[in-house]
Amino acid sequence: MTTAVHTAPDYLLRLGDDALVAAQRLCWWATRAPQLEEDVALANIALDLLGQARALLGHAGRVEGRGRDEDTLAFLRDDRAFTNVQLVELADTDFADAVTRLLFFGVYQDLLYRRLTASTDPVLAAIAVKSAKETAYHVDHAAAWTVRLGDGTEESHRRMRRATRDLWPYTHELFVSDEVFARAATDGTGVDPAGLRAPWRERITTVLTEATLPVPEDGWAPGGGRHGLHTEAFGPLVLEMQGLHRAHPGARW
Amino acid sequence: MVTAERIRAAVAAVPDPEIRVVTIAELGILREVSVDGDGSTAVTITPTYVGCPAMDTIRADIRAAARRAGAPDVRVDTVWSPAWTTRWIGEEARAKLAAAGIAPPGDLPESSGDLPEPVGAAPAGTRLLPLAVTGTPPAPACPRCGGRAERLARFGSTACKSLWRCESCGEPFDHFKEH
Repeated sequence: MTTAVHTAPDYLLRLGDDALVAAQRLCWWATRAPQLEEDVALANIALDLLGQARALLGHAGRVEGRGRDEDTLAFLRDDRAFTNVQLVELADTDFADAVTRLLFFGVYQDLLYRRLTASTDPVLAAIAVKSAKETAYHVDHAAAWTVRLGDGTEESHRRMRRATRDLWPYTHELFVSDEVFARAATDGTGVDPAGLRAPWRERITTVLTEATLPVPEDGWAPGGGRHGLHTEAFGPLVLEMQGLHRAHPGARW
Repeated sequence: MVTAERIRAAVAAVPDPEIRVVTIAELGILREVSVDGDGSTAVTITPTYVGCPAMDTIRADIRAAARRAGAPDVRVDTVWSPAWTTRWIGEEARAKLAAAGIAPPGDLPESSGDLPEPVGAAPAGTRLLPLAVTGTPPAPACPRCGGRAERLARFGSTACKSLWRCESCGEPFDHFKEH
């Protein structure tokens, strides 16, 4: 009998929380996108991300062995227990924000999942194989919009320039390593995100250049999401996401 | 007497809840059906997309179909690996999709894991990187008239489809995306 390799639950929670909160934020765009096809597109992408979150959180709960399932982890943790990066929780003020975040976060996820297909944890590797195929498609979509808007009208260029500049500081947190990531990388179950920074930057630079957008300057680098510190946009997001489940525990339809 | 064959056939005949012209077996969602001597049935399925919202309905439909065929109890397990691919959709199912106005998926290259290499000249000291990581799949032919089509949207009415319009007959249609 072989011993099953399991990933540390706190590593899985980070990946699952990123996907869950990104999905929740993206859902907001349904009925608000600039065209009907885009409502459908963003809702579809959110659905893929939600599926990834369910798989990752479900796996985290089973590995942890404390009886917490995907619903418990998504709906019954307080905001300080979520370990997602702040990039995915920020509220959008413009479609340019949604496009930019989808590009920044999507390229990160694409690089991450491709590497996780070689995880020594067979469940995580299987989730990564499926998710990588979906994420590649999200990145295509985000890159196409980035070029269309960046290399579009003066107004669309101005808005994309503002969005890329505003979101850029929050991308640094994607690549900050710590003991949780280092342990997962050492035992082969996970990936140290510090190694994703260079290829991420290369891919993003290609897209922004094609879109006639400057690559923003590095500077302020907020963080803390991995340790439960979140922005002021996060509380209302969690309230909305958890409201129904908390008012009607175990609700089903 | 409960026949294992009858239960297997009933489970395989469950239609996909979102694309009802094809069965879960034809789509490749159904991976395995095993039936014990007393008819107890264990079914293994795999989702098309990881967040496919039809999975709960598919599980319920499998249980109901197996029970109607005489299974005293039914267990449905979900697996992620091997990852579902449109390569598993057979010729007959592709014909059914086309007949229902859904352009079936085209062929996928054997290895789709690598980034496609861009063509063209890069500025000195730099190299070109692909903008679109999935490459551009060939446009599907219109399922009604066979005409050339243009893509209206990368996403469609379900996770597995995109939206196109025929340039000859002008009709919009769904395309089952290569995956």
